Parts: sequence; C-alpha cells; structure tokens
Amino acid sequence: MNDMTWLDYLPVLAQGAWVTVQLTFWSTILGAVVAFGAGLGKLSRSRILRGVCISYIEVFRGTSLLVQLFWLYFALPIVGEAIGFNLRMPPVTAGIVALTLNIGAYGAEVVRGAVQAVTVQQYEAARALNFTPRQTLWRVALPQALPEMMPTFDNLAVQNLKDTALVSLITLGDLAMRAEQLRNYTQDSATIYSMALVMYFGMALVLTTLMRALGAMIGRWRPARR
Amino acid sequence: MLFGFEWDTTNGWTLAVSILPILLLGLWVTLKATVLGFAIAMVLGLVLAALKAAPSRLVSWPARAVSEFLRDTPLLIQLFFLYYVLPEFGLVLPAFLTGAIALGLQYSAYLSEVYRAGIEAVPRGQTEAAVALNLTPARRFSRIVVPQAIPRIVPAMGNYLVSIMKDVPVLSVVTVLEMLNVATIIGDRTFNYLVPLTMVGGLYLIMTLLAAQGVRLLDRALPKTGIPLK
Amino acid sequence: MTDPIIKFENVAKRFGDIRVLEGLDFTVNRGEKVTIIGPSGSGKSTILRILMTLEDVSDGIVWVDGTPLWHEGAAGALKPAGEAHLHKMRTKLGMVFQSFNLFPHMSILRNITEAPVQVLGLSKPDARARAMDLLEMVGLADQAGKFPHQLSGGQQQRVAIARALAMRPEILLFDEPTSALDPELVGEVQEVIRKLAEEHDLTMLLVTHEMRFAREISDRVCFIDAGAIREQGPPEDLFTNPKEARTQQFLQAVLAD
Repeated sequence: MNDMTWLDYLPVLAQGAWVTVQLTFWSTILGAVVAFGAGLGKLSRSRILRGVCISYIEVFRGTSLLVQLFWLYFALPIVGEAIGFNLRMPPVTAGIVALTLNIGAYGAEVVRGAVQAVTVQQYEAARALNFTPRQTLWRVALPQALPEMMPTFDNLAVQNLKDTALVSLITLGDLAMRAEQLRNYTQDSATIYSMALVMYFGMALVLTTLMRALGAMIGRWRPARR
Repeated sequence: MLFGFEWDTTNGWTLAVSILPILLLGLWVTLKATVLGFAIAMVLGLVLAALKAAPSRLVSWPARAVSEFLRDTPLLIQLFFLYYVLPEFGLVLPAFLTGAIALGLQYSAYLSEVYRAGIEAVPRGQTEAAVALNLTPARRFSRIVVPQAIPRIVPAMGNYLVSIMKDVPVLSVVTVLEMLNVATIIGDRTFNYLVPLTMVGGLYLIMTLLAAQGVRLLDRALPKTGIPLK
Repeated sequence: MTDPIIKFENVAKRFGDIRVLEGLDFTVNRGEKVTIIGPSGSGKSTILRILMTLEDVSDGIVWVDGTPLWHEGAAGALKPAGEAHLHKMRTKLGMVFQSFNLFPHMSILRNITEAPVQVLGLSKPDARARAMDLLEMVGLADQAGKFPHQLSGGQQQRVAIARALAMRPEILLFDEPTSALDPELVGEVQEVIRKLAEEHDLTMLLVTHEMRFAREISDRVCFIDAGAIREQGPPEDLFTNPKEARTQQFLQAVLAD
C-alpha cells in the first residue's frame, strides 16, 4: 500500500534527472574531444596512429554499448589485477568512460567524413598560399567542416542522452534508476514511467535546441540555405 | 551449468571453449530478436511515414509528435513501460515479444524518416513527367518513385538493422536470455567476467562486420542504373 | 477557320500573395504552332504547367477541346475536377520538360513504351514498334537499349520528345526544351521540333528564349508579361514591328546578345 501521488514522485525523479543531465553533459563534451582526436587521427599520415584510431573506432562502433559498459565495469578490473593495476572504477566513472568512448567512436566517423568532404579546390588553394598541413587543417578545413558536422552531432548528443539510461544498470542513481526504484516501491508503473519518458523527452528537446543554437552560431558565416 | 552445458574453469582458455556453445545459443536469441524487431519497425515505420505525409494536419501533426517522442526517449524506459504497464491493461506478453515490440517501436520512428527521405530525394520532375504521361497515381508511385527510392533507402535500413542488433542486450533487463545476459550469468556463476564479456564483444564485432558486408552486397545487387545518388 | 482547342478564360494563378497569372485570356487553334515569349517570372511556364495539370488554377476556366480542364459538372455548376476527369483530359496532352525528366531506372526503349503499355493498354510488341519508329524519327534508334545517363543532354531531350509523342497527344507542350542544354546540342533538338512542326498537324505550344527559333516555327507569337498576354501576332509582325513599349524593350534586350 502506498498513497504517494505523482507530485511525490517528482522530487525523486528530478534528482535522478539531474544526474542524467550531468552524465550527458560530461560524456558529450569528452566524446566530442575523443571524436576529433580519433577522426583526425584516422586521417593521419602515421600508419601507427591511423591503425590505433581505426581499431578504436571499429571496436566501439561494432559492439554494443551495454557490452562495453559491462566490460569496463566488470571485466577491466580483472585485467587490472592480472597486470598489477587497480582498474576498478566507481559506477559514475565507468559510465562516463563507456558513454564517452562509445559516442566518440561514432563522432570520429562524422569528423573524418566532414573533413574529407572539404573540396580539393580548397586544399589546393591552401597549398598555393603555402599553408603548412597544420595551418590548412585548422584555418581552412576545420572551419568549413565543423558546420557540416553539427546536425549529426545533434543526433549523437540526443543518442547519448538516451544511452545514459543504460548506466542505471550498473547501479547509478540517474533518472532511469530512480524510476525503477520508485516502481519497486509503489508498483505505480504507468505513472512513473510516463513521467520518466516525458522528462527524457523534455531533456532531449532542450538538448536539441541548444545544439541547433550552437550549430547556427558556428555556421553563421555561411550563406543562408533553403 | 546453463542450457545443459557444463563449463570448465581450469583456466581462461578452457572456460572460453566450454562456454562458446552457450554464448552461441544466446547469439541465436539475439538474432531472432533483431529480425523480429526489425520486421516490426519496417511495418510500423511505413505506417508512421504515411501518417506523417498525410495531407490533413490533424493526422500528420500527432504522427510527427509520436515519432519524435519514440525517437527521443530511451529504449530502456520504453521497454520497462511496455513490460510493466501492458499487463495492467490485461495484456501479458512473453518478455521476448515485449522486447521485440519495444525495439520495433523505437526503430519505426527512425525508419519512417528513412522512407520519407528516400522518397523526397526523388526529383519532382520525375513525378511531373509521370503525370504528363498520364500514369495513374498508384503507378506514378509504384513504377517511378519507389524504384528510384529503394536504392536510397536500403543502405540506411541496413545500418538500422545493425543498430537494432546492438540494442538487443537492453532486453536482458526483462529477463530475455540474449547473448549479454547469458554472459553475465556465466560471469556471476564462475566469478570470471573477463572471458565471457570479451567473447561477447568479439562475437558482436564479427556479427556487425558480417552484417555490414551483407548490406554492401545487397546494395550492389540492387538495380540502380543511372539513378543519381548523392 | 478558328477552331479553338485551348482556351483560357479570365484565368488567374496565385501562390499565396504572388500573382503569377491574372485575368489571362488566351486561345490556341487546332493545329496551330504558338510560341510564348516573355521575361522570366512572367508566368510562361505556368501556362504550360496548368495545361498539363501540374498546377491548378486559382480562378477562371481553362477549356481543352471544348471541355473544362480543371472543372467538371454542368455549366454554371462547375466544381473542381477529380483525378478521373484529369486522367481523361490528359490523354489529349503531352509535355517536354526543360530538364528532360527521363526515368533514370528505365532503358531508353522502356522510357518510351512504359506509358503506352500501362496507360493506353498497348501490347508490348505494338508499343515497342511505335517506340522504334519514334526513335528512328529523332535519330536515336541505335540507342534504344541504353540508359538515360549514357546519353548526352541533346539525345536525352530527343528521347523525351519521342516519349511524349508515343502517347499520341493532340497538343504537345514544350517548356524551354533547349534551356538546359550546352549550346552545341541545342541545334539537334530544335531540328526535331522543327520537323514536327512542319510535318504534323499537332497543336504545339512552346515556351522558349530562342527568338530566332520561335520566329522560324511559329504561326503566332505571344508576348506575356506580369501574368497576362500583352501582345500577339504572326512572328514577322511581332518581331519586326512590335506595337507595345514593353514588347519593344523586351525584344531589344534579348536580341541585343
């Protein structure tokens, strides 16, 4: 028996939502850093760097996020023991690391694609002006590639927000976890999960709005498109 | 012991060999869930796409909202919702079926967008030429638009098929014995998570590479002579 | 002598606030070859697109062969036409598009036979024979098995003309048929159209920017500006002795280069 109403659920779920926001924020930011590193690394002239980046991207895109999360949380400490390191991570760290590496691998392909989509003429112009490869990358290629990446990054960020729910499976107190706990306690599944869905949806809408604003800011030099 | 198979914990290698058949049984469940979820998504996606393209805003607007909602909320919560709430309405389904429906629902939203984009990418002049030749609306669609949309749609659909396969482990939370669930059970019982989880990762890698290759072959086999694909 | 097959009666076409056609009255007689010229955005193509049922009318009535195109029902109680009526009316019309619009997934032959088989119910051998005759006429019989992307723009447009003719229309509409072509390919397409104009009693309505060509093939040239016909007449008169100031300005501008 319980006489809790949806108003009583709200603070508990809001607490979880705040954890979800933080998880999304950090793993998206770090994921973007990883995406640029691995995406540009895949275009590197160094065969070793290229190989490392390709392997990373393929492994993390080719397996399931939940498998990655469980591996980092349950299996990695065993590897650590074998080689004499403590690789046991608290759930928050494991969650952020898994989300970051997963989204970073998808983002890397976006970065690579956008950089490669910059036209040959632009690279030729840069060479004619005697830019170094590094200057060409930072001053010519990336400024043109970045706005191209933004719509896909928007999708990836929302994907990441949704994926944070899986972190509850390694006992992290995010929105999904709080909803599950409340349900166990009250059995009021319909109300609780409806609220959780609406809260995730709301967060996704806010995130999309933010990403679109960011994209518009980054691409403001471009001619208006229809 | 699981599914009648014993494991040999002498060392990591013997364990790996002895649990491979068990994991493959889990993989079989994973593949079944993938195919069923994808089939549901294909059909529901078509319905959603049609509703979203409806001339009446009274139809298209709610359809768009539903599609956005399905796309922007986590599979895990949708799955819990179906699993715990449907029985309250007297609809008790096996966990596997509930899981496949959840996958199908989530991905129907993605596939509806794939259909829409594929059809919209066919230049308007094609439909106009079909009108000028007096083809009926049904023929305009089936003979002129669809054949040109399919080569645009199939590769994207293949990618979502692979995505569904990677989302199947989520079904483990409602007791579906797919590959990851099987692996964690083995881990729980043998106190060795490293071997089963690494094997699951490896099997996933093999499956996604095979699937990607399959999509590539299918794509190459599609008739698309002269159709300008970007 | 006058036997109107096309008649626009006080026709208007508006897109939101934009008035493309306004109070248009316009007649084409059976077998007549008429060219419509005018500045871009003047509504030239819209006239053809309305006739081909690609755009409806906002106001007024369009008659094709004595029947309202966009309306059905008794006079005085006309209501917007349904698809069945449009389907019937379209059998009288054919169109050649600026961008060819060949079906890229079909061979040249199939592009031409598809509609005769599906719409007219011709047998495949009959449709094929008809298509080969037409390909012969446009000088592309040897290309029948190829796909559109393997042909030059000029060849594609000649196929498009054959495709339209295969439906045996009474009226053939040409919407800037050479505008999308490289200059050296314009001639071969014009040659086909010229031959059609000379040898067939088909009614032809052509929108073009090629003034010399318009002059050669037309019985009558219409100058349209701001959504209505401003001046019309035999090409000798209109091109050498335009009466309206707007026509003079336009001709000066286009004939200068």
